[in-house]
Amino acid sequence: MSEGASAIAATAGGSLLPLAILVPATGVLLSFLLGGRQAQRIAFGLMPVQFVIAIGIASFVWRSGEPVVYLLGGYVPPLGIALRADGFSAVMLVTASLIMPAAGLYAWVNFSTPRGSTERRGPLVVWTLLQAVQAALSLIFLGGDLFNLYVALELLTFAAVPLVCLDGRPETLAAALRYLMFALFGALFYLLGVALLYGAYGTLDIVLLSERIRAEPAVWLAAGLMTAGLLAKTALFPLHLWLPPAHANAPAAASAVLSGLVVKGSFFLIVRLWFNVLPALPGAVPGTILATLGSAAILVGSTLALRQERLKLMIAYSTVAQIGYLFLMFPLGSGPWAADAFSGGVMQALSHAFAKAAMFLSAGLIAESLGHDRIAGLGGAGRAMPITFLALGLGGLSLMGLPPSGGFAAKWLLMKASIAAGQWVWAAVMLAGGLLAGGYLYRALAPALSGEPPNMKAAPRRSREGVALALALAAVLLAFAPPPFFAFLQIGCPAASVALR
Amino acid sequence: MTSGTLAGLVGAALVGLGLYGVIVDPQALRKILAFNLIGSGVFLVFGIVARKGAAAGLQSDPIPQAMVITGIVVAFAASALAVALTLRLFEETGRASLRADGGAKPGGDGAGPE
Repeated sequence: MSEGASAIAATAGGSLLPLAILVPATGVLLSFLLGGRQAQRIAFGLMPVQFVIAIGIASFVWRSGEPVVYLLGGYVPPLGIALRADGFSAVMLVTASLIMPAAGLYAWVNFSTPRGSTERRGPLVVWTLLQAVQAALSLIFLGGDLFNLYVALELLTFAAVPLVCLDGRPETLAAALRYLMFALFGALFYLLGVALLYGAYGTLDIVLLSERIRAEPAVWLAAGLMTAGLLAKTALFPLHLWLPPAHANAPAAASAVLSGLVVKGSFFLIVRLWFNVLPALPGAVPGTILATLGSAAILVGSTLALRQERLKLMIAYSTVAQIGYLFLMFPLGSGPWAADAFSGGVMQALSHAFAKAAMFLSAGLIAESLGHDRIAGLGGAGRAMPITFLALGLGGLSLMGLPPSGGFAAKWLLMKASIAAGQWVWAAVMLAGGLLAGGYLYRALAPALSGEPPNMKAAPRRSREGVALALALAAVLLAFAPPPFFAFLQIGCPAASVALR
Repeated sequence: MTSGTLAGLVGAALVGLGLYGVIVDPQALRKILAFNLIGSGVFLVFGIVARKGAAAGLQSDPIPQAMVITGIVVAFAASALAVALTLRLFEETGRASLRADGGAKPGGDGAGPE
């Protein structure tokens, strides 16, 4: 396999890969060293750098048309550890480097430390943890070694869990603890699978493993354990119980990062596992199981979202449903439609990241301005804060899958693939999910746009509304992604590229 | 039965026992202990893998041992974080249980964080 030979040698632009991990990690260390008064400045100083690095990595992948590789210390796998960036990693890196500063700009007011004031714990923790989430995500997107990815997964958990309970209310502490339990359970199952794979093949490098793996009992067991563990972290139904309280009770900026990016980290690893490590396994049965769970997530999550009384909980349950769509790409992973299915899944991850971040930030603004986020009490608020509700509605457009939005492009591609494959069940579930999403969004938007006099405590700041709107517009703009963008997504994905030929 | 098989079975039993504890027991502290049981089982499996020396036919493969050490550090950090959260939960509510009514109820004061 010529691809295998090239994927374990360092390539041009490879030295950018460790920087994408080291820059935010340095920010974390500097923030601890210099304290809470400087943490915000450090975080905002490094975020543009991170964006430039992500764009640089993407452009190297684009120009070479192949994964960019870096070998740590120059040691070649299986002895050394490789970092690899393919099309999917590059777009996820860029997405993370855009959503993180947006959440940061939103959190600016709540967690700033003006010059001359004393150090508070809140700002130190928030800015340090946001940078830690960024570092862990970079490592997940770039890691080429399954054990290294285990460490990245745990780093992500340790950075994400405290974000849930920043304000220390008892219900947020319980939500954080439950989140941590699910995450630890998931990580240990993943680790057990890693042990079995190492025992069977003596390497954990993704490319080398993919060449050696055969459909054996040990591999099936490892695949099952690792997938189950990652599903618990991704909150796929029926392992979603931890997500709604955790995401709904966190501060809005943290919810945006948790719902938009953190669950995508473990999803990314499931894609890595099935598309890059295990293409040798016949994927029809596991793919169907994953998609069945995904379908159940869409129907159950949307139905529960319809019944919520609080806006943030509704958005959190909608995350449970939207995660379900991500898993519809798995049974469609081989055949002439595989490229569409893969692009659709990735598109869903991207558009949901932007749309959901926009919606959580909007919900945070609504909660701050009204003093509550009860859906029944939203009467007339749309007229008082139109930009916020525009962002909420545009994000919702993407969740429903109406054009023009990234969500439409994602669901269109997935639907096209499922019909081409003759698996129309998934298309039916997607249509039902779109209708349900329309239902729960209508429940929130209709009272807000009614003529009642709004009961506002304070008007939201224009700049923070602008941040939410920019994210929602990004989700809409994804609808206009040109065909080369989809070709870019396929770079380094063996399963999809086989199908393209 | 070889010692390797025995150790593998013990590892599997530890994982099973720990899993039972994690799922069944609502007490946070017992859940944390159960996690460490699962962890011990996984590390034992790594130990057998090292003994097998699958990588290079060595008498004992050092790479899984390095992974176990890393894994222990991570498990320690995870336990510390979980215990800190449990303690804080106990201070705030007087309980350290994660029953279904353990504070994750929708409703609350409705407002966001601030």
